[in-house]
Amino acid sequence: MTTTNSTVSSVSEATASDAALRRFLHGLPGVDQVGAEQRAAGLGTRSIKTSAKAFAIDLAIQMVDLTTLEGSDTAGKVRTLAAKAMRPDPTDPTCPATAAVCVYPDMVPIAKKALKGSAVKVAAVATAFPSGRAALDIKLADTADAVEAGADEIDMVIDRGAFLSGRYLEVFEEIVAVKEACQGAHLKVIFETGELQTYDNVRRASWLAMLAGAHFIKTSTGKVQPAATLPVTLVMLEAVRDFREATGQMVGVKPAGGIRHSKDAIKYLVMVNEIAGEDWLDPDWFRFGASTLLNDLLMQRKKLTTGAYSGPDYVTLD
Amino acid sequence: MANKSQPFEYAPAPESRSIVDIKPSYGLFINGEFVDGTGKSFKTISPSTEEVLAEISEASDADVDLAVKAARRAYTRVWSKMSGAERGKYLFRIARIIQERAREFAVLESIDNGKPIKETRDVDVPTVAAHFFYYAGWADKLGYAGYGDDPQPLGVAGQVIPWNFPLLMLAWKIAPALACGNTVVLKPAETTPLTALLFAEVCQQADLPPGVVNIVTGAGGTGRAIVSHPDVNKVAFTGSTEVGKAIARAVAGTDKRVTLELGGKAANIVFDDAPVDQAVEGIVNGIFFNQGHVCCAGSRLLVQESIADEVLAKLKRRMKTLRVGDPLDKNTDIGAINSAEQLAKIRELSEIGEAEGAERWSPKCDLPSTGFWFPPTIFTGVSQAHRIAREEIFGPVLSVLTFRTPKEAIEKANNTPFGLSAGVWTEKGSLILWAASQLRAGVVWSNTFNRFDPASPFGGYKESGYGREGGRHGLEPYLKNDGAR
Repeated sequence: MTTTNSTVSSVSEATASDAALRRFLHGLPGVDQVGAEQRAAGLGTRSIKTSAKAFAIDLAIQMVDLTTLEGSDTAGKVRTLAAKAMRPDPTDPTCPATAAVCVYPDMVPIAKKALKGSAVKVAAVATAFPSGRAALDIKLADTADAVEAGADEIDMVIDRGAFLSGRYLEVFEEIVAVKEACQGAHLKVIFETGELQTYDNVRRASWLAMLAGAHFIKTSTGKVQPAATLPVTLVMLEAVRDFREATGQMVGVKPAGGIRHSKDAIKYLVMVNEIAGEDWLDPDWFRFGASTLLNDLLMQRKKLTTGAYSGPDYVTLD
Repeated sequence: MANKSQPFEYAPAPESRSIVDIKPSYGLFINGEFVDGTGKSFKTISPSTEEVLAEISEASDADVDLAVKAARRAYTRVWSKMSGAERGKYLFRIARIIQERAREFAVLESIDNGKPIKETRDVDVPTVAAHFFYYAGWADKLGYAGYGDDPQPLGVAGQVIPWNFPLLMLAWKIAPALACGNTVVLKPAETTPLTALLFAEVCQQADLPPGVVNIVTGAGGTGRAIVSHPDVNKVAFTGSTEVGKAIARAVAGTDKRVTLELGGKAANIVFDDAPVDQAVEGIVNGIFFNQGHVCCAGSRLLVQESIADEVLAKLKRRMKTLRVGDPLDKNTDIGAINSAEQLAKIRELSEIGEAEGAERWSPKCDLPSTGFWFPPTIFTGVSQAHRIAREEIFGPVLSVLTFRTPKEAIEKANNTPFGLSAGVWTEKGSLILWAASQLRAGVVWSNTFNRFDPASPFGGYKESGYGREGGRHGLEPYLKNDGAR
């Protein structure tokens, strides 16, 4: 089983047993580390200027899942975040809103209320985020709690321990169970690629999550270093591209953590454009999990329109 | 879900030409200064626009003789007497100046050659500087290179280089020659003389003693004058197999040392357990890098039949994202074909490929209306008996063949008069080692392609030439081989 096309004809067989799933995932073509990193670096040299830059910055703003995931989060903090998500630049009505705000489940009702009437979605991290170290019923309760509170999107973490010890079916079944608990809320599956470490693992986790019905695959929690990187996202974009080729189903990608500058965000968009294709250049199919990125995008946006850099005091803190 | 996506059009991102100062005409660089040639002149043009860039002197036999005399004088009086450490200082200085003037070289090379600025900026010029740095380091350590305690230089080296990597080939020739204590007379290709002439300025800037490096421009006649000059001790040539054979005949019976780096028809072998996405990148890089004007280009793709469809589908999808056009645009992946003559040759062989029954495919791409252009092209259904599987096209044209077993792959890969390079794509280490030992090619890349490093020797088997350039091995052609003293 070396080709994706021949393997995917038997998707249901692939997940029939732990052994079958293992055979399937280990039958995927390998990822050569040097080559993948070289390709990512090569795409990073694209020069995106003037009209292309303006397009990319506005698109990137619309793709931001504006995130706060701190123990110190309060209702006040979440409300200001929500305000920022709806009107990132209060001085410029042409500035688009972000895609979503991303919070812990207990903050969902506050976020939901603050965002009422806007198109900005509420995403909640769940399943014992960020470590995922809890029993399945607790993870499901965590998910159900967030969904009942009105979360539009659930960002779950996989059980990296199970994945790394080769218990793929367990990881698969957990994703299926969480998806059921989502009751229609969109499910993003976080791999914590900084813990999976190899690109082969990233590719396997991507296929595993897509087979289990993930709407989005996401790199990281933001709590582990390294978080999102260009080569990891490259491998995931190849996976969603190949998965659509094989099954006709489209899955979104969300790099999260460590993307702080417009220049980086643009590199990601170039990669989306040239690896997955322009169909993914859409907030429904590509997101950035970020907090500080938004302000840099806003500063660059202002620079493009006014020709001069403003400064951190000319964009709102949160 | 509704799809709101829209195309991400990259706005033009041209590199500015203002950094280069192209003079209306150039003389020859002999004995440390620019002098008028006594021969005719010719024009060098930009292959992407056909704009005339400058008038170039065509060195006559008398001019070549002057250059060789200057080189001999510099050799006898200065360079061969100088300590290795001192020679090294000059080479380090040249390397640093090239780094400082990197953008100037990159822009000029792109204009004169037609290759994308992305490549001159990220590959050609950095590798040139690296080559000078590398051989600068050898200059005072020649006694430890394995060629005797105190190896001696040969004298005057006559060097003739091609148009595909004008400055890089200059570096490959000049850096080891100078490090070993030789002086040189170098002729750049007639279509791409400008960076060599800018390099002459660098020699002046570095206070290199006059006559150590002489640059004579011209065409075949000038090259012949260098090669056949009786006071040249060493001939180094990179270019076509046809000219290489003529040079070998010309120097036969003389005591001149010769190295030839000639054509290739490299096999890029993709086994069924290859990292497919990276292999596709390697195939693209192997044949479309530098418009396929690469002697070690992976111009024959040998793909295992069991994954051929998948690899070809991915390759075609990837080729659709290649950006062909203005070489100075920083987003250009494929630039202009170097000359009308080369374009005609690529067209002719491609037509032969079709006539022989191979299936031709190119992605849709809008080519500029002026200049010399050829779209990235693949031929499928190619067999060993097709001319496009045997002859060097030296353009962005890939011939795709399939194989069933590793043994068959090696047999097909080796079934060529050439033997410059090869690529092996597999996740299985033992297969890589076995294939590398079986392939009759000077360079074997595994899970990568077209990677160059000054520390790594480069050269061919069979009609791809003889001698090695780069690395410790690259010193040997510039040192007397009469053993340890």
